[in-house]
Amino acid sequence: MLRTQNLHIHRGHQRVLTDITLELKPGEVLGVLGPNGAGKSTLLSALAGELHADQPSVWLDDRELREWTGARRAQRLAVLPQVSTLDFAFRVEEVVGMGRLPHQSGRLRDDEIVAAALQAADARHLMGRSYLALSGGERQRVHLARVLAQLWPGDVGQTLLLDEPTSMLDPLHQHTTLQAVREFADRGAAVMVILHDLNLAARYCDRLLLLEGGRPVALDTPEQVLRPGPLKSVFGLDVLVQQHPERGHPLIIAR
Amino acid sequence: MTVLVKPRTLFIGLGVLCVLAIWLSLALGPVSLPLFDTLRATLRMLGLPIAADGLEQAELILGQIRLPRTLLGLAVGGVLALSGVAMQGLFRNPLADPGLVGVSSGAALGAAIAIVGGSAFGGLPESAGPYLLSLCAFLGGLGVTALVYRLGRRNGQTHVAIMLLAGIALTALAGSAVGLFTYLADDATLRTLTFWNLGSLNGASYSRLWPLLLISVGVALWLPRRARALNALLLGESEAGHLGIDVEGLKRELVFCTALGVGAAVAAAGMIGFVGLVVPHLVRLLAGPDHRVLLPASVLAGASLLLLADLVARLALAPAELPIGIVTAFIGAPFFLYLLLRGRA
Repeated sequence: MLRTQNLHIHRGHQRVLTDITLELKPGEVLGVLGPNGAGKSTLLSALAGELHADQPSVWLDDRELREWTGARRAQRLAVLPQVSTLDFAFRVEEVVGMGRLPHQSGRLRDDEIVAAALQAADARHLMGRSYLALSGGERQRVHLARVLAQLWPGDVGQTLLLDEPTSMLDPLHQHTTLQAVREFADRGAAVMVILHDLNLAARYCDRLLLLEGGRPVALDTPEQVLRPGPLKSVFGLDVLVQQHPERGHPLIIAR
Repeated sequence: MTVLVKPRTLFIGLGVLCVLAIWLSLALGPVSLPLFDTLRATLRMLGLPIAADGLEQAELILGQIRLPRTLLGLAVGGVLALSGVAMQGLFRNPLADPGLVGVSSGAALGAAIAIVGGSAFGGLPESAGPYLLSLCAFLGGLGVTALVYRLGRRNGQTHVAIMLLAGIALTALAGSAVGLFTYLADDATLRTLTFWNLGSLNGASYSRLWPLLLISVGVALWLPRRARALNALLLGESEAGHLGIDVEGLKRELVFCTALGVGAAVAAAGMIGFVGLVVPHLVRLLAGPDHRVLLPASVLAGASLLLLADLVARLALAPAELPIGIVTAFIGAPFFLYLLLRGRA
């Protein structure tokens, strides 16, 4: 389990994250919301071990994150960055297959997992295509399949960090992608996902962390976080919150 | 851009090409040997029981001149192509060249110091001259690359973008120093310097060959072990790190292998351009970017193409000989332009 306690991150003299305490629980999808520059990606980088705080503040299981070495960490923690750059003409299944690098599960098993992960990201039909020939949204789904393959099938003890996985997707694939992430968590993995769409967050997340200026404003269920008050103060946005007529989760409508 | 050739077919094709190139390289030259005699003499030298009748001259030419030259060509071509793959992986750019980290210009500077400095002290000693020249070139290449690597380090991390810029700056600096030496050189020295800057497999000898062969084989065995890590590196450094790769270690290995390989190649044969840039590109066009295929295939392709270029250098103006650097650039540069224009269409 990945957790952080009193996490502070400085960039130069500026505080970019202040006093974050967070546990990513097995089976749970945690959404991170906040305006641009609120520190969402910084938090994800810190949890991914790319940024180091002044004092130890991120732990994976019972050991500090930076003490974990290469493959052992990669078997438990997968990270999808906001944008990935790849300028070489790998085939789609080769890109997804890179997710199997930390494992020695054998070619046959890897091929099965790659196919399953592509299926989950609704990108199976892209197999055989060159990565460079794909559209932005298709590339994003291929990278999602890659990180899913890295942890496949997603057990208790594994953690997936996603930075805006739906930013380039059409409405249907925003839902299929988050549905795949939801199912991944239902099998036991812990997921943290940065989102901008409040309604997607309301529908797919178990808990939401609301960030503003690097500080946690709220960490609670969608019903508690997605209220007109906090949304007005953090985003400066006037909203109506209603109940989804069929599913019951909050539905946020800009006024 | 789809994969045109299956790895198996590619390796068979390149294997055949390589054997043919070796055969021709052994047979053809100012004194051309019949192809069949070349084959018989080669097999005899490999220890097969073949009658020696009429093969004495062929064996002499092969053993003394053609074989070391061919081995030199194989090693230089192979290691330059491998270094090209390593640098294109490090910089995550298919247009990167092994010279980017300063190794070629450093080697040129080392050689210029040896040539001009030697002549200032009444010429390098006859017996040790070539070795001193190679050693200076090798050390120059390693030294400048080490400096570029150091300049790219910040807070325990290597920034390849800074390395790239540092490489350009130091290449220019080394180039100006070589220019100064060229300006100061007398006519005889100038000629040596020029020939060396254009590269040549001429004058290959076993004693200068061994260090390069050892380094080439070492690099050729080492880099393929990192093939999957190199694939992951193309995703980005942090992505590779999240896949469990020791990215800093990998970058260090890539720079070190390139410095050793290109340094030794330049030390043995002078500056030979475009092989490291074009060969990996060509192989990628044929078989895709997967380093598990790309690395070994580039060794074969680089070795074969350099031998063929050397044949052109030997035969185009026979009995005079062209510097091979002219041939590789003459073929490589237009081909590179073709690749660029083709990509735009």
